Amino acid sequence: MQIYVCIKHVPDTAVNINVVGECGFDESVKFVMNPYDEYAVEEAIQIRKKAGGEVIIVSVGKEAATKTIRSALAVGADRGILVKTDTQFLDSSLTAQALTKVIEQDGSPDMIFTGKQSVDSEGMQIPYRLAAAFDMPVVSDVAALSMGDGNVTVEREIGSGSREVIEMTLPCVVGAIKGLNEPRYANMVGIMKAKKKKLDQIDIADLGLDINAAGTKLTELKPFPERGKGKILQGSPQEMAEELTQLLKNEAKVL
Amino acid sequence: MANIGVLIETSDNNEVKKTNFGVITAARGEGGNEIFGLLINGSGLTCKDAVQEYGIGKLVEISADGANLSSNPELQAKALAEAMKHFEINALFGLSSMQGKDILARTAAILNAPLTLDCVGVNLAEDTVTKFHFAGKTFATIKLTGECRICGIRPNAIEAKAGPCEAEVMSFQADVQDSGRMKVKELKKGASERVELTEADIIITGGRPIGSEENFKILHDCAEALGEAAVGASRMAVDSGFAPHDMQVGQTGKTVSPKLYIACGVSGAIQHFAGMKTSKVIVAINKDPDAPIFAKCDYGLVGDMFEVVPALTQALKSDN
Ligand SMILES: Cc1cc2nc3c(=O)[nH]c(=O)nc-3n(C[C@H](O)[C@H](O)[C@H](O)COP(=O)(O)OP(=O)(O)OC[C@H]3O[C@@H](n4cnc5c(N)ncnc54)[C@H](O)[C@@H]3O)c2cc1C
Repeated sequence: MQIYVCIKHVPDTAVNINVVGECGFDESVKFVMNPYDEYAVEEAIQIRKKAGGEVIIVSVGKEAATKTIRSALAVGADRGILVKTDTQFLDSSLTAQALTKVIEQDGSPDMIFTGKQSVDSEGMQIPYRLAAAFDMPVVSDVAALSMGDGNVTVEREIGSGSREVIEMTLPCVVGAIKGLNEPRYANMVGIMKAKKKKLDQIDIADLGLDINAAGTKLTELKPFPERGKGKILQGSPQEMAEELTQLLKNEAKVL
Repeated sequence: MANIGVLIETSDNNEVKKTNFGVITAARGEGGNEIFGLLINGSGLTCKDAVQEYGIGKLVEISADGANLSSNPELQAKALAEAMKHFEINALFGLSSMQGKDILARTAAILNAPLTLDCVGVNLAEDTVTKFHFAGKTFATIKLTGECRICGIRPNAIEAKAGPCEAEVMSFQADVQDSGRMKVKELKKGASERVELTEADIIITGGRPIGSEENFKILHDCAEALGEAAVGASRMAVDSGFAPHDMQVGQTGKTVSPKLYIACGVSGAIQHFAGMKTSKVIVAINKDPDAPIFAKCDYGLVGDMFEVVPALTQALKSDN
């Protein structure tokens, strides 16, 4: 099995984002692997353990993304490829094109994993675009997966506590969500080993992408104001409950 | 005049979900365009009255020759893409719901069209949309270019405004073949019929101190007294095994924008806020007066949730 996992290097969810200029932000904050991608990496490693083969990490990002690729190598992925860009917010079509190109040049995927979305630009479409480019079936929002013979059965969350059980033939694309597995932590040995694993870098300009395919452009990024300190109610539970009911009805008008 | 499509989402009993109306309103913009309602395996006659009230002028029932669209998302997207070409639709809007975002993304990939999901604002004249980046920490404006553009809108983010017209019901038969590569084999229904979090007007959430699955009953009782409210959970409550993952609100759970969000025993971590900060009104119930959530809510109640929540249920009931 040749399994590709597409991951993104993103700001840690705990940091504040300070907007700089028209559509940039202060990138000196801590960056981590996109949280959903951790489930994708873990699943790929578990499948390789049973079926054999290779797990290859692919990322489109700035040079600093090598750190996130190394963290995937540290938990057991075999090698990595970084497509270097100079922006954190590349158009999704271009990102998918870049991923497709490098994967095509590298080998022939039996499975491609991604997270369901990145937590920075929240595009939610890479798995679908990869599937179209490779002409493979795709399911995203996958919370359970089991391998069959030439196929894979996944459970997709569809809301209200319900799930669709979907069978796909291989090769295919899977978008992971929390719940799919419990991602492992890297240990010292893993981290040491990761330093020696192969990590290729390719400049996006050398891929010959169709730049005109970019149909979206971020034109402005603004901080979203936090709400202030609210009205704190006093009294017994009954008194507070009654006051709240009146406030929600008459002041906030949401009941 | 442009042709604009709206993918209409129906509920299990074939009714038009009310969350569609905001999407139609956004697609209508300042007017002057032909608005097509696109129904996949739905009945035009059943849906006509509801959607024409918001300005759908043509309601298209999409079906496939010899293939059943109902349980095959791949086929649905192919049929939708064909219908768009047939009717020369160059902008498609839909709900960024669990179903909607899947089908819109599949369609965008087929058509190689630009796509923005989870939008909270649309400016048709300028071809821009607004959405959040970094889970509600920043607000982004995105310009779309290209022959055909696709946009999914966060449920409840855009207020519905009526704009009645008379809809013509039409049908379109797509010529699509089942690739046989994917099959929905089963629908696993959740344990109980729950209101879907991302589409609910009101949400009440329990944090780690809820303590057990059984204790969620106090929240379900309150949800009932609140009307059609959904019940959510924090990540700590989910990871402690008190609630299934798909009830989780936050960074790695669901993103919700209800009118009213009531957080009970939730500390107010940045990753929890990531999923609910765009709610219209936030109420916090927490026994610690210094809990961070009190600094970022509209109404705060300091007290034990096991006393305050039942009292609220009671107060709501006696008020009705
Ligand atoms: C990458 C990443 C992603 C994450 N994603 C999410 C996410 O999607 N959703 C999410 O929620 N979290 C997420 N988290 C976790 C988040 O950081 C917090 O740990 C979590 O939200 C805390 O849950 P809690 O508020 O229920 O529990 P706690 O932090 O334990 O807070 C419990 C609160 O309840 C109060 N309390 C205790 N007893 C009572 C009582 N009887 N009555 C009233 N109040 C009481 C306490 O004062 C306290 O404020 C994520 C973290 C990371 C690193």
